[in-house]
Amino acid sequence: MAIYVEHELHARRRSRNLGMLAVLLAFVAIVFGMTIVKLARTGDPSAFEGFDHDIRYGLAAEAERAAGEDTP
Amino acid sequence: MTHASLDTEVREAGFGDYVELLKPRVMSLVVFTALAGLLVAPANLHPFEMLVAILCIAVGAGASGALNMWWDADIDVLMKRTRNRPIPAGRIEPGEALALGVALSGFAVVMLWLDTNLLAAGLLALTIFYYAVIYTIWLKRVTPQNIVIGGVAGSFPPMIGWAAATGTVSIESILMFAVIFMWTPAHFWALALFVKSDYGDAKVPMLTETHGRRSTRNHILAYAVLQVPVAVALGFTSIGGPLYMAVAVAVNLWFLAACIRVWRRDEAQAEADRYAAEKRAFVISLYYLFLHFSALIAERVLGIWGWGGWSGWGFGG
Repeated sequence: MAIYVEHELHARRRSRNLGMLAVLLAFVAIVFGMTIVKLARTGDPSAFEGFDHDIRYGLAAEAERAAGEDTP
Repeated sequence: MTHASLDTEVREAGFGDYVELLKPRVMSLVVFTALAGLLVAPANLHPFEMLVAILCIAVGAGASGALNMWWDADIDVLMKRTRNRPIPAGRIEPGEALALGVALSGFAVVMLWLDTNLLAAGLLALTIFYYAVIYTIWLKRVTPQNIVIGGVAGSFPPMIGWAAATGTVSIESILMFAVIFMWTPAHFWALALFVKSDYGDAKVPMLTETHGRRSTRNHILAYAVLQVPVAVALGFTSIGGPLYMAVAVAVNLWFLAACIRVWRRDEAQAEADRYAAEKRAFVISLYYLFLHFSALIAERVLGIWGWGGWSGWGFGG
C-alpha cells in the first residue's frame, strides 16, 4: 500500500507553483520578444553595436580617421 | 501530521486566489478601452509591442485592484457581495495582497516604459496611485461622490493606450477619457438603484443612501445629458467620422430615453415592476461604452480602405 496522502492543500500548492512557473515563463517570453522586436526595427546593426562586446566599427573608423590626421 | 492539523491549514491560497485579487472582471473593460486607444492612434506599434502594452495596462489595473482589496479588507468582511474575497475569507494575508499589488505595479509601469515610452508608463503609474490612494484610501469612505471620483481611474486606459502608440496626450485621448468618465456615474447609480447593497453596514457613503433614491435618479439624468456633447464632440476629431457619429447619436438617444424613464419614476413604480427600467438603463449603459469604442475601431479599420473619418466620405480635410 502506497504511503501517500493527497490533501486539497497539496493541490492548491501545486496550482500555485504551476501558476508561478507559467508567469515566469511568460515573463521570459515577453522580454525575449521585446528584445527581438526592438533590435529588428533598427535594421542597421551598427545602431546597437554599443550594447554588445564586439568591436564597434563606427568607433574604429573614427579612430582610424583621427590617427590619419595625426600622421605628419 | 494528522488530518485535524491539516484541516486547520486548508486556508492556504491557490493560484486562482491571487488571480482573484486582480479583479479579472474589471480588467476586461480596461483591456477593451486601452486596446481601442492603441488601435485608433495615428501610429503603428509592432503587434507584439501592442500585446505587451495591453498586458502591462491590464496588470497595472489588477495591481490597483489588489491594493484596493488590501485596504478594504475590513469593510469587505462586512458585505455579502465581498465576504468571499480572498482576504476576508482568510485565504490570503493582507500583507501578501499589499506586496503583490506593489510588486505588480512596479512591474507593469517599468515594462510599459521599456515597451513603449515614459509618458504611457507615467500615466499608468498615475492611474494606479489615483485608484489605490486618492480613491480607495482617501475619498471612497468620505464622500457620496466616490463613484464619480473612482471613475477617473477607469477613464485612463484609452489615454494610456493612445500615449503608448503616439507618445502624446491629445484632444482625442482627452475626449476618450471624458466619454468613460461621464458614463461611469449613470452606469453605477443605475445598478445601485436595483441591487440591494449593504454599503450602509460598512459605513461607505453611497449616494442612494446618503441623499436618497430621488436624488440618485436626478444625478443619473444629469450625467446622461452631460455625456451627450462629450460623445458627439469625439466624432469631430481625427478619430471620429460619419459611422462613429451615427452610432454615438443613436446610442446616446437610446440611453438618454432609458435614463429619462428612470428619472420619471418613483420607488413605488420601480418596485411594482421590480426595477425593470433601472435594469434596462444599466444594460444599455453596458452597450453604450462597447458601441462607442467599437465604432472608433471600425472607423480606423475603414480608414485602411480610405473610408475612415470625415475625409473618407468627402467631408473636409
